[in-house]
Amino acid sequence: MFAAAPINLKNREIQQRFQWLFGVMLIFLIIPVVVILGMLLIKGWPAMSWSFIFDDPKNGMTAGGIFPALFGTIWLVIVSLLASVPLGVAAAIYLSEYAPDNMLTRLINLATINLAGVPSIVHALFGVGAFVSFFKFGTSILAASLTLAIMTLPVVIVSSWESLQSVPRSFREACWNMGATRWQTIWNVVLPNAFTGILTGVILQVSRAAGETAPIMFTGAAMFLPFLPNSVFDQTMALALHLFVVATQVPDVPESLPFGVALVLVGIVLLMNTVAIWIRMHLRGKKKW
Amino acid sequence: MITNSRSSGADGMEMAINTRDLNLWYGTFQALFDINLQIKKGIITSLIGPSGCGKSTFLRSVDRINERLGYVRITGSVDVFNHNIYAQDVELAQLRKQVGMVFQRPNPLPISIRENILFGYRIHHEKGGKVSKGEADGIVEEALRQVLLWDQVKDRLDQKATMGLSLEEMQKLCIARLLPVKPSILLMDEPCSALDPKGTAAVEELIWELRGRYSILIVTHNMAQARRASEECIFMLMGRVVEHSPTDRLFVTPRHKETADYIEGRYG
Repeated sequence: MFAAAPINLKNREIQQRFQWLFGVMLIFLIIPVVVILGMLLIKGWPAMSWSFIFDDPKNGMTAGGIFPALFGTIWLVIVSLLASVPLGVAAAIYLSEYAPDNMLTRLINLATINLAGVPSIVHALFGVGAFVSFFKFGTSILAASLTLAIMTLPVVIVSSWESLQSVPRSFREACWNMGATRWQTIWNVVLPNAFTGILTGVILQVSRAAGETAPIMFTGAAMFLPFLPNSVFDQTMALALHLFVVATQVPDVPESLPFGVALVLVGIVLLMNTVAIWIRMHLRGKKKW
Repeated sequence: MITNSRSSGADGMEMAINTRDLNLWYGTFQALFDINLQIKKGIITSLIGPSGCGKSTFLRSVDRINERLGYVRITGSVDVFNHNIYAQDVELAQLRKQVGMVFQRPNPLPISIRENILFGYRIHHEKGGKVSKGEADGIVEEALRQVLLWDQVKDRLDQKATMGLSLEEMQKLCIARLLPVKPSILLMDEPCSALDPKGTAAVEELIWELRGRYSILIVTHNMAQARRASEECIFMLMGRVVEHSPTDRLFVTPRHKETADYIEGRYG
């Protein structure tokens, strides 16, 4: 009575084929990641040491460490965050909590999402035009950081907006019906509950800003500098550009050196992403509406 | 209180809510037609009618929360204690202090039980809501006692209100948090429909308990509830008021055929 009919067998076979197909796709996806990380570890590990991280490059960048580049990347990321986070979160709050649902708002949303897809080299050229030339910041940390900020801004806005939207509407209604203003509602209820989501989005953008080369190479990052930057109006070295330089522009570099730089760069990015995931899991887990 | 523009209700008696020719449109859809209602002070009035008849819309026009939608248009007037709440100089925060709303699904805020009670008080309080510990304790206890919840939660006031409370307790908390700002009217939009029978009975008992101190307007789908727990009853159909009478009379000798058909369950 309950034995499989031919149609069941056929359906089951089709289902299994699709399961296989998707499984194989997943493996294809994982292979490159594993190979890249493995190669970086194997080839870059010999270069790893405290002096590699804390020394200056020596002998025309064929030896020594990467400290100025690491230092510069941290500078660039911090300054770009100082610009993009307040701006991006404020814009997201406006779009999510204040803006009426009309054509203009939808247009702005659409533009923001599309802006996230603009190639980073285009942002670089914008940065040269706007910050280096027009605002006369010169090629400097400030110009490069602002360019990175412009690049990361759309994603900061979109991810913050999504976090704000994930706070249930019933909380807002409860507040409004007690006579709370929009701001009192945002400050007391919406922001505290959207905070982890916003933070996660921001951290993911940190790793993106740290890894990008194009936006900084014309706006503030130098191939080699014999000194550390003193202010945001100085140029700086940066890890991503340093990797490009030692891998392609400098002759007679030992093989382990570029791989070491790449390993540090990927390590920073993975570390930031792990922190983001940890925050998400740790704080989300505690949250039940 | 709210503003000027005085008008007297029926028989010169002070009415909690008094509407004149209230019409309301959502965009081009007209949801309310010429509503003229006098809702008495200090009693429980229930609003019944089939889905989409405008009960909730009417309720939501009494604390002007409909306007959040942006595409709502209103003509006519709504007076709360003889003050037109649609007058130019009405401050919505003051209106909502006077008129509290309880929702269908209990929606405590994701903060402690204590802070839920103090929330409304704080936002209406000067000095940025800073309240002394003793004063705050008094407010919390009084509000929770009024909703018959104090004994259940007095040992866990710092617990998050969205966890570990039953729906019944959450709904009582949602009523309690309205009380510290001393409202005069409580609007309830199907306050028991998310609750089990025991919770429903408990919340109904509470609503009955609050009668007299507050004027209560309660929307319900549950005719037995309207019959049990209200003194006057309004039957609405297709955006119009069909009948408004003392509850006993409406259920025993309805004046209109539509009312009779509805309470006998022929539609709804």
